[in-house]
Amino acid sequence: MEVLVYLIPVSLGLGGLGLGAFVWALRNRQYEDPKGDAQRILSDEWDDRPKP
Amino acid sequence: MTDVSTDFESRLGACPACDVAPLAGRLARSGPVRGDVILSLPTAHCAACITDVERALSAVPGVRAARVNLSLRRVVVDAEGVTADDLIPVLDRIGYEAHELDPGALTATAADRQGRDLLMRIGVAGFASMNIMILSVAVWSGADAATRDLFHMISGAIALPTVAFAGQPFFASAWRALRAGRLGMDVPISLALILASAISVFETWNSGPHAYFDGVVMLCFFLLVGRYLDYRTRAVARSAAEELTALEVPRAILLRDVAEETVPVADLRPGDLILVRPGGRVPADGVVTAGASEIDRSLLTGESVPVAARPGAALSAGEVNLTGPLTLQVTAAGRDSSLSRLTALVAAAESARGRYTSIADRASRSYAPAVHLLALASFLGWLWLTRDVRVAVNVAAAVLIITCPCALGLAVPAVITAASGRLFREGLLIKDGTALERLAEVDTVVFDKTGTLTMGTPQVAGADLDAEGRAVALALAGGSAHPLSRAIVAGIEGQAAEVEDLREVPGYGVEARWQGNPVRLGRADWVGADDEAPGAATWLRIGSRVHRIDFTDSLRPGADKAVARLRHAGLRVMILSGDGAGAVRDIAARLGVEEWRAGVTPQEKAATVAELSAQGRHVLMVGDGLNDTAALASAHASISPASALDAARVASDMVLVGRDLGPVADAVGVARASIRRIRENFALSILYNVVAVPFALAGLATPLIAALAMSLSSVSVTLNALRLR
Repeated sequence: MEVLVYLIPVSLGLGGLGLGAFVWALRNRQYEDPKGDAQRILSDEWDDRPKP
Repeated sequence: MTDVSTDFESRLGACPACDVAPLAGRLARSGPVRGDVILSLPTAHCAACITDVERALSAVPGVRAARVNLSLRRVVVDAEGVTADDLIPVLDRIGYEAHELDPGALTATAADRQGRDLLMRIGVAGFASMNIMILSVAVWSGADAATRDLFHMISGAIALPTVAFAGQPFFASAWRALRAGRLGMDVPISLALILASAISVFETWNSGPHAYFDGVVMLCFFLLVGRYLDYRTRAVARSAAEELTALEVPRAILLRDVAEETVPVADLRPGDLILVRPGGRVPADGVVTAGASEIDRSLLTGESVPVAARPGAALSAGEVNLTGPLTLQVTAAGRDSSLSRLTALVAAAESARGRYTSIADRASRSYAPAVHLLALASFLGWLWLTRDVRVAVNVAAAVLIITCPCALGLAVPAVITAASGRLFREGLLIKDGTALERLAEVDTVVFDKTGTLTMGTPQVAGADLDAEGRAVALALAGGSAHPLSRAIVAGIEGQAAEVEDLREVPGYGVEARWQGNPVRLGRADWVGADDEAPGAATWLRIGSRVHRIDFTDSLRPGADKAVARLRHAGLRVMILSGDGAGAVRDIAARLGVEEWRAGVTPQEKAATVAELSAQGRHVLMVGDGLNDTAALASAHASISPASALDAARVASDMVLVGRDLGPVADAVGVARASIRRIRENFALSILYNVVAVPFALAGLATPLIAALAMSLSSVSVTLNALRLR
């Protein structure tokens, strides 16, 4: 059962990583226009180079 | 939905004018804000739309960046020195309807922060419940002794801060409810959260077998999701309402010592001289002192024929000046104007709708006491049976957790979100949370004519013109922006003749010289015709000959289809119009509506709706004018088109964004379907409770059963709601 000493912190750490990613996305206003972002990927306008 | 009993402040107030006036005033004072221009794009819907709009706008000189937000159907343009009036024609040319929105009214508000705050809490609760679930699975699969205690301790270490953070919205609202002496949905939720956390801490401390940390956190998570959906629906509705007020910025041009000054309408005083430009709306009641023009009063009275305005004529706020500039002496402004007097009528009617209790309200009203009694009874029963407080509290906590209104909290918001999302895609904005429920009960539909069933723009119906006459009429009409002239240009075929000295005589018509002879197009008395026949008409004089050109109002697209489908669905359809009998009879015949009344005053409209309600009918009122406002407010449910006066839009529950009237028929169908889903959802969650509560009462409920009942019921309720989309 000693393995729990590593595994529990690892699982918590991974979950925390996910939470961190979510908070980052939220702060970055990535939930402002979910419908638009879903459609934007279909447009091929800036496929060859990033939008300036 | 769980908010319904506590969140009255988010509803529109009893008096729409009071809501609008300060906001409108704020808009007028703020003036243009920074460099950003915000346009509403009701027809944008796809990837190509985004690219088209952004490309077209970026090509306009002065535009630095343009970004479409498809979720809100808006485009934000970062441009210095470019106004919406420059951008709207650009979008119109590539086929997108666009309206200016006031950035001041739409900037990130407190509501926006509230949404992100809720999302953050959902994220934290989701993270915690996943991690606790991993540990709980180990406990359920047989971990015991020290391992179980360790897992419980770690779970508790995660769960307690999570509940303290994620549960705040429930605690706050439960506290508000208790202080007001009510039992909302949030009181049993908070009690369950606190009691279950406390008993779990106690059990962990004493190496007990059951800890409900997983259930507590999951409860938080599901309820927050329901709360967030509820918030989204209301945020969309609120932003819609803001958008609509932002559409119309009430300013007036004040003439003070010959200088012109733009002031908010609220600052006007009786006796002030104001200038009303052609195409502008009259900002206050007044008497014309100079100028001659024609006035469109269709939004106020429903009349489709423009009326002449000469010095001495009295005008009311809300009328639209058509041809020439008018100077007006204000007789009544603000609260005393006829606009406000009509809205007082609305305030009286509005309170009737405030009494409507939603399905969710009714459910939570009987739910909260039932749950508390059940938990108390199980506590007392087990205490009496076992004389063991610990067992009794354990059972009571299990009962509270299992009867948790997870599914109830999701049942209504999930359905309303799915339904309003679907209607939004079709171009209908829902402004009021209970609007769908009320719409589902509707059995009579009352339409206004001018501006609702018709576009309010005239169409040439007939003209006794030869080729020569047509050419002259086109040439004359081309020189004027009057609605009838525009209708002639659009509706008469042929090549415009060459004319000289073309000039518009405001309030009368257009005149010019053609082949050396004077020609006139305009009002009967000015042209020299004897105007005996009723209806909208204009006259053309060439030499000594006089021709009459008749107009009719063009039907709104989708009007015939909407009326046909409503009748097919078994609803009684009526037309109530303030316009003359001839025009109303014509439209009623074209739509196949047998019941119609013409020349109806605003008071009579409201009275007719009240009379129908007294007969036990549920009326859906569809109208756009000030003369409809009282009827819109007193009807069981109401819809107005986006072109309506702001007072009418505020008074109605739903707003049609596009030009098409078709979504009205869809809305009734979707509303009925969503009420069916809500009832099914309640039945589902009650079913889960009926199965699981006996286990809890018998003291057999384990955290596993609680977790299963909770997640199964929540997921099935959500899936059922999604069938609406």
